[in-house]
Amino acid sequence: MVEYLLTHPFIGALVALVSLALVFGAILGYAAVQFKVEGDPIVEQLDNLLPQTQCGQCSYPGCRPYAEAIANGDAINKCPPGGQSTINAIADLLDVEAPTLDEEHGEESEVKTVAFIREDECIGCTKCIQACPMDAILGAAKQMHTVIGDECTGCDLCVEPCPVDCIDMLPIETTIGDWRWDKPKASQEQLNNLIATDKQAVEDGAAA
Amino acid sequence: MTRIWSIPGGVHPEQNKSQSLQLPIGEIALADEMVYPLSQHIGAPASAIVAEGERVLAGQKIANAKGMISANIHASTSGTIVAIEDRTLPHPSGMSGPCIILQPDGKDEFAEFEACEDYLALERDQLVNKIREAGITGMGGAGFPTAVKLSPRANQPIDTLIINGTECEPYITADDMLMQTRADDIIKGTQLLAHLLGNPARVVIGIEDNKPKAIEVMKRAAKDTDVEVASFPTKYPSGGEKQLIQILTGKEVPAGALPASIGIVLQNIGTTVAAYEAVRFGKPLIERITTVVGQALETQRNINVRLGTPINHVLAEHGFIPKNASRLIMGGPMMGFALENDGVPVVKATNCILAPSQKEFPEPTPAQACIRCGMCAEACPVSLLPQQMYWYAQAEDYEKLEAHNIKDCIECGACSFVCPSNIPLVQYYRSAKGTMRQLAIEKEKSDRSRQRFEFRQERIAKAEAEKDAKRLARKKAAEEAKKKVEAQKASGETPAAGNDLVANAIASAQQSQTTPDEQKAKLERTLSSAASRLEKLQQRLTETDNDDSQQAKLAAQVKQAEVKLQDAKSKLENFSTDSSAAPAAVDPNDPVAAAIARAQAKMTMAPDEKLRSNLESLNKRLAKAEEKLATAKAENSDTADALQTGVDKLKEKIATTEKDLAELPPSASLAPQAANSEEQDAASAAIERAKAKAAAQASMSDEDKLRDQLTAMAGRLQKTHDKVAAAKADNAETLDALQLGLDKMLAKQQKMRDQLRQLNPSAAELNDSPTVTETAPTVVEPDAATAAIEKAKAKAAAQASMSPEDKLRDQIESLEKRLDKAKQRLIKAEAESDDNIDAFRTGVEKTQAKLEQTRAQLESS
Repeated sequence: MVEYLLTHPFIGALVALVSLALVFGAILGYAAVQFKVEGDPIVEQLDNLLPQTQCGQCSYPGCRPYAEAIANGDAINKCPPGGQSTINAIADLLDVEAPTLDEEHGEESEVKTVAFIREDECIGCTKCIQACPMDAILGAAKQMHTVIGDECTGCDLCVEPCPVDCIDMLPIETTIGDWRWDKPKASQEQLNNLIATDKQAVEDGAAA
Repeated sequence: MTRIWSIPGGVHPEQNKSQSLQLPIGEIALADEMVYPLSQHIGAPASAIVAEGERVLAGQKIANAKGMISANIHASTSGTIVAIEDRTLPHPSGMSGPCIILQPDGKDEFAEFEACEDYLALERDQLVNKIREAGITGMGGAGFPTAVKLSPRANQPIDTLIINGTECEPYITADDMLMQTRADDIIKGTQLLAHLLGNPARVVIGIEDNKPKAIEVMKRAAKDTDVEVASFPTKYPSGGEKQLIQILTGKEVPAGALPASIGIVLQNIGTTVAAYEAVRFGKPLIERITTVVGQALETQRNINVRLGTPINHVLAEHGFIPKNASRLIMGGPMMGFALENDGVPVVKATNCILAPSQKEFPEPTPAQACIRCGMCAEACPVSLLPQQMYWYAQAEDYEKLEAHNIKDCIECGACSFVCPSNIPLVQYYRSAKGTMRQLAIEKEKSDRSRQRFEFRQERIAKAEAEKDAKRLARKKAAEEAKKKVEAQKASGETPAAGNDLVANAIASAQQSQTTPDEQKAKLERTLSSAASRLEKLQQRLTETDNDDSQQAKLAAQVKQAEVKLQDAKSKLENFSTDSSAAPAAVDPNDPVAAAIARAQAKMTMAPDEKLRSNLESLNKRLAKAEEKLATAKAENSDTADALQTGVDKLKEKIATTEKDLAELPPSASLAPQAANSEEQDAASAAIERAKAKAAAQASMSDEDKLRDQLTAMAGRLQKTHDKVAAAKADNAETLDALQLGLDKMLAKQQKMRDQLRQLNPSAAELNDSPTVTETAPTVVEPDAATAAIEKAKAKAAAQASMSPEDKLRDQIESLEKRLDKAKQRLIKAEAESDDNIDAFRTGVEKTQAKLEQTRAQLESS
């Protein structure tokens, strides 16, 4: 057998290649079964990047559906709560160019908000409770409702259903606990003052 | 000599410590207002336990620690609580927070403190509790609650206690002064802390070698104790917790871990004194030594200041000249922060108030581009890469910053200090760290949000599914109830049947069983009816044996019946019935076949033969019928009327048959066709006959025609008479009309006879009329009918042999007789005022007219 293969190099090569193909095919087949990934991992990653406000401003019923839509090729700039940083992160993940936020779906607000129920005016209709995607509103029929501020994502879905308009979206104020240093800004004025000739040029420009 | 390790990096800024060391520790007057921020330590803010307007004594607790990592707050002098409100906090953010505002009454009355001589005899927990109650926090700058630090986890045995007397920041000399003045208390405090920590193997006080006086005093105080005093070269930031540990032990605290994880606890030197005072004298933390320094001040020194004293009061006590100050800094020049508001109070962690002049702290020069000189990396005491972190911080690439261990940065500012481009590197790191912290919080919240959202979705789906299930169950129940009702209806008398389904099945099975039975019965019924019909037809066929036209009709009917019978039979057989039904169906088959055979035999006969045989059989039947009628009359039977009509019909038939027979010879060629056609179709037979007659008439002479018409008229007359009789019997309304029609017909007949007489005076048909007219009374009176028939027959027989004259004479006689009778009846009817009186009268008149006519004929002949 071996001698035959040695004397017939073409057949020998053929046999070697076929046997290699069979071996690797078996390994790959085993791996495909054994290490099968359930679900779409990219959706998980995208979902992790989204802000989970579940506000539906992207026109999908929640963040995960939008993540799935992105995985299926939808635009990545439909998330106003996430803003540009989320878009950048998604673009980075998908290795595409980061577009700016699609204004059609809303504007990125500087300040995060949280729903607040003016409790004196609440009539206890439970409409906001049904609307809240977070279960962040407490209350019962004909009882006063209130928002669990820590759980509120500020999606403002509860504002519209309120029949007496007693829900306000209040901006979250920075407390001493979550205060952080500002990023230093390189002042153009400072830079202009740095070199005398630059300063002169700026003054000339202003005069002209 | 204690072994000293070195730390990487580090810088050597100007010390500037001598200014504040020239004067002894001073005291200042009480301020007009004391401010106690509820949050002046790391951890949860304390909660106020005093109300507005409440008078408090110095050392009285005014706010309780809330939670584990928190600290009590005590009033630092006696006075009245005037407000609990938001004030600007001593914090880099310059933000406001809740503060207790106390208005001192100037009496400075102290609350009674619980002193304890032999504090080392106390339980460890009691001691820690005393420290906690005293609200002692780290006095070095961060303000971590000391009691927490003194309660390390059981699995982390402490082998080294380090007391930090380094005070590496420039300008600050508070600890130096403390060591110089209260060395014994420091030693006692150190021993206390060591005791609380389970007397660690090594207790060392680390002091930088730029404080020779303090080192000397401390060494002296610690001479006969286990406390070791170590001095090491001055280098900023040796006073950092992790840096000092590294210097004194050579161990590095792992990233993100506490020193306790490697068995080391580090306390500030001020904290030891505070702890000692708290345990020994029960004195809470209400004052501290703070360095007040800066060229904007007239007096630069260390002061023992009550906590809560506003900084502007402190500054005012030291001749602060605002226009000279470039800014106001709380803490050291390296790590302190600028204060926007000088109303903020001195708090537990305030070790220095710096009021530098413009010359001392000029405006920071604008940052220039990074030249990648690498000096920052050399200066970094934590061996980070500040330059790289700077780029990433600018790019907000937090992942990369994380990878570069930005969290290990102690924000010492050494990198900024050495930067030739004056880049505020630490600011970048602080900002980036803050953002990263924020992002982590947001991430945590978003994860929680996702969890809540998904749980909600799940819950809603579950609720929906439950609803659906209920709906389905209801629907099912409704359907079952409906079925039950239906089943009860179907089973009718058997509602006892427990299982509805079974009852249903049985009912349907019974239905399916009865249906074929019914079908079978139906088929059998059809079969039997067909058979009986066939039998009847057969009977009639035998009865009309000699009547050819009737036979043809009957034969057709027999055929139809036969076909029906065959159909029914085949259906029944197809239905696969049991054998018992089959013989019943076969039984009538034989007579039918016989009848068919007979009918076929008759059909094959010649037309004239047929007619003749018909006539014979009819005559026979007539004779029989008359016999029956006679017996019926004799017995006065109910069937007499029916028999009478039967007899009439037979007579009629005989007449037509005779006529057909008479017609047959002249139109012999046409007759078979007519006969044949009669066989085929009963309806078309009449048409054929009419045609044949028309053809025969066409070929006939006028005389023959008339004669023919006359016979036909005689037939019609006969029929009309019958009708009139029937109408009379029923007393029908149509009687008058019929009578009128009869009169007209008689008149017509008379006319035809006259015509015939003109053509052929000796025509035999002329004598028929008396016979025909004679029948009228016989119909009316059944008793006379048979007699009349007999007479008519006798006459007919006599006439056939008589000469025309004799005939006429005979007719006249009979007419006279009839006239007499009619007259008698008329009289009788008039007497009884009968309804038929008109009819009798016309009858009499007609008979008279006939009589006259006949007499005239006789005379003319």
